[in-house]
Amino acid sequence: MCVGVPAKVVKKMEYSAVVDVMGSQTTVGIIFVPEVELEDYVIVHAGQAMSIVDETYAKQSVEEWRKLINARNSEAVQ
Amino acid sequence: MEKYISLAHGDGGERSHRLIRDVFIEAFGDSNASLFDAAAITMSSHKIAVTTDSFVIKPIFFPGGSIGKLAVAGTVNDLAVSGAKPAFLTCGFVIEEGFPISDLKQIVSDMANEAKKTGVSIVAGDTKVVERGSADGVFINTTGIGIYEPGMGCSLQFEEGDAIIVSGTIGDHGVAVIGARGDLGVTVPIQSDCASLNIMLEEVLRETNGVRIMRDPTRGGLATTIVEIAEDFHLTMKLNESSLPIKSEVHGVCDLLGFDPLYLANEGKAIIIVANQEKDKVLEILRKCPEGRDAVVIGSVIAKGKGQLLLETPLGSKRLLTRLSGTMFPRIC
Amino acid sequence: MLEILKQSNNPEICKPLVEAVIEKAIEFQQKFGRKPAFMEVCGSHTMALARTGVKQCLKDVVNLISGPGCPVCVTDQRSIDAMIALAEGENRIICTFGDMMRVPGSTRTLVDSKISGKDIRVLYSPVDAVKVAIENPDKEVIFLGVGFETTIPIMTLMVGEAEKQGITNFSIWMTTKLVEPVLRFLLDAGEVNLDGFLLPGHVSIVLGEDAYQYLVDDYHISGVIAGFETAELLSSIYKLLDLILSEKISIENNHPSVVTKTGNQVIHQWLEKYLTECDEAWRGIGVIPNSGLDLKTEYEQFNAKKRFSVVVGEPRKTKCRCGEVIRGLITPNECPLFGKACHPMNPVGPCMVSTEGSCSAYYHYMRESF
Repeated sequence: MCVGVPAKVVKKMEYSAVVDVMGSQTTVGIIFVPEVELEDYVIVHAGQAMSIVDETYAKQSVEEWRKLINARNSEAVQ
Repeated sequence: MEKYISLAHGDGGERSHRLIRDVFIEAFGDSNASLFDAAAITMSSHKIAVTTDSFVIKPIFFPGGSIGKLAVAGTVNDLAVSGAKPAFLTCGFVIEEGFPISDLKQIVSDMANEAKKTGVSIVAGDTKVVERGSADGVFINTTGIGIYEPGMGCSLQFEEGDAIIVSGTIGDHGVAVIGARGDLGVTVPIQSDCASLNIMLEEVLRETNGVRIMRDPTRGGLATTIVEIAEDFHLTMKLNESSLPIKSEVHGVCDLLGFDPLYLANEGKAIIIVANQEKDKVLEILRKCPEGRDAVVIGSVIAKGKGQLLLETPLGSKRLLTRLSGTMFPRIC
Repeated sequence: MLEILKQSNNPEICKPLVEAVIEKAIEFQQKFGRKPAFMEVCGSHTMALARTGVKQCLKDVVNLISGPGCPVCVTDQRSIDAMIALAEGENRIICTFGDMMRVPGSTRTLVDSKISGKDIRVLYSPVDAVKVAIENPDKEVIFLGVGFETTIPIMTLMVGEAEKQGITNFSIWMTTKLVEPVLRFLLDAGEVNLDGFLLPGHVSIVLGEDAYQYLVDDYHISGVIAGFETAELLSSIYKLLDLILSEKISIENNHPSVVTKTGNQVIHQWLEKYLTECDEAWRGIGVIPNSGLDLKTEYEQFNAKKRFSVVVGEPRKTKCRCGEVIRGLITPNECPLFGKACHPMNPVGPCMVSTEGSCSAYYHYMRESF
């Protein structure tokens, strides 16, 4: 099962890191994301960080949704 | 005094006597009742409520409580949600050989404190010791006796539009215990909600009219408890997913491990179904108490006749909720 | 970041997105004279689409078909029976993901074996199985290695760790599955008509966006890589519709915050070091050549299939139609057992018991009334 919630790296060790998921903490492996840094958000799968979240893209997605909604709204007004 | 419980503490002889004197009577106090094999108690009403519950929890001490606090609060709450005023408790201990006496003292002291807070007297007790490996530390059974005061019950008469209230955030106990167990490697900044609710619920019953039913959503969680009410009284009820009070930390653990807060245990929450026009008054009373601070309306009775519970998602679609259908395991990936 | 997460489930964003998707879907219907049919490949998508209500909201205008994305469900019965039989051996500790515990074998489940006294442990973090092996040197510790591309790399970490520590009592019973071969199988078989794929969010972290180009080149079908939150699912369906209506065929990455073009290269190195392609048997399908990964011969000492022999008979025959559910041929409620003989308390097939199974998703999240 895939966990969509990003986890924030709050402590980094050699092969593992402590991550915070909405206030709860757990230790995950970081062997697959060697470039990870403190404060980064990661996607965790079965106890391993698999990917570092690129917040710029994440923000862009939200903007994209808003644009889509606004475009529809203005069409409706016309 | 010895540091650990041994089989001799259960043999009925001198060690048993000392254990009862130094641990139990020390905390619960002595009464004339203990001179006999049974406690003699005087009741102010001829209609009484009786309930019994056994407590087995791992770990025995967890953030926000212990098996002792739980054993009093759990039984007190069963009486309180039935509309009875908790008055007396009995307790039976099954203790594993080798259990630390200091831990036992702590548990008994937690029980005494909780009993004092709730105004119940512990009037009878029993202790048995079993061989190492035959039990997991300590098991406690409590039986509670409560008094029904005239005009203080729940009507069990429902109407369409009745409001469903929960007295606070759900899943706290379940998540706190998962965290305290440590075997899933999650550190959770959440305390169990373990608390006695009798004083708060008594005020609700005294100050408002139109309470249909009260339940405490313990094992099986909120969903299982409300499904049971829906089925027992043939009601179609609806919960709004976006109204459910859930702490973000609880959300986080559930996302991480694949648990559903609707099915996690609570030990200090009540579900109150009340006439719609009385809901604000009930909320006001609940929110004055620390245990009811986050009380909120989560749904309503939408029809009579068919026993089912629906959940309305934030998108507006509806789905059926069922009882918890098996142990929740951390999920696969 | 948490604010973004909140937004992706915010009804003020999601409800208008539902409207936008419905509008596009109606446009599709007007153009082609039928409902669009999309397959969500990932089991977690199946769950998320049902749990959030997206599937319900779109049910009249979009046919969302669950694909072969639940790892336990696609494992054929003989493999399931073999894993359960493995647990019966003496002096063993079986480590597994929680989902395997209640999967019905032909004669019993792992829960039954655990009740009868076998040492079976559910792990959240599989790498802990190596620790279990270190703590129990006199026992054989076997991990039940079920999973897709997201989970397989974690098994290589376990082998790497066992190798580094010189552990001799640890092995994995691997029955892993790959996405590409099964999608090719479904498309080649042509049993189910699809207009596009909702591609898995986390498998794509490993594979990368480019790995799906075969869908475009060989099958002329589009796919959109999707996240798991409500708005991410909705906008991905919107994009699929948009692609088709504008007559484009391509792979779109709608989860770019975590999925890159070429995938996680570190993971690729781990996979290449330890694993090699193998044939795998799929439930309801049979053997698909090169559709799984197994340990290379030089790591045979960690391969439980090489170390332990397990004899299983012919699987028990039931009326369970999980095989057809997995292939997208029927919806769970079209199975005669659904909700009657087969329900979460008494699952007949794995799709009813796995947290990612289509039948489980349908039973828990798609029923509106008794």
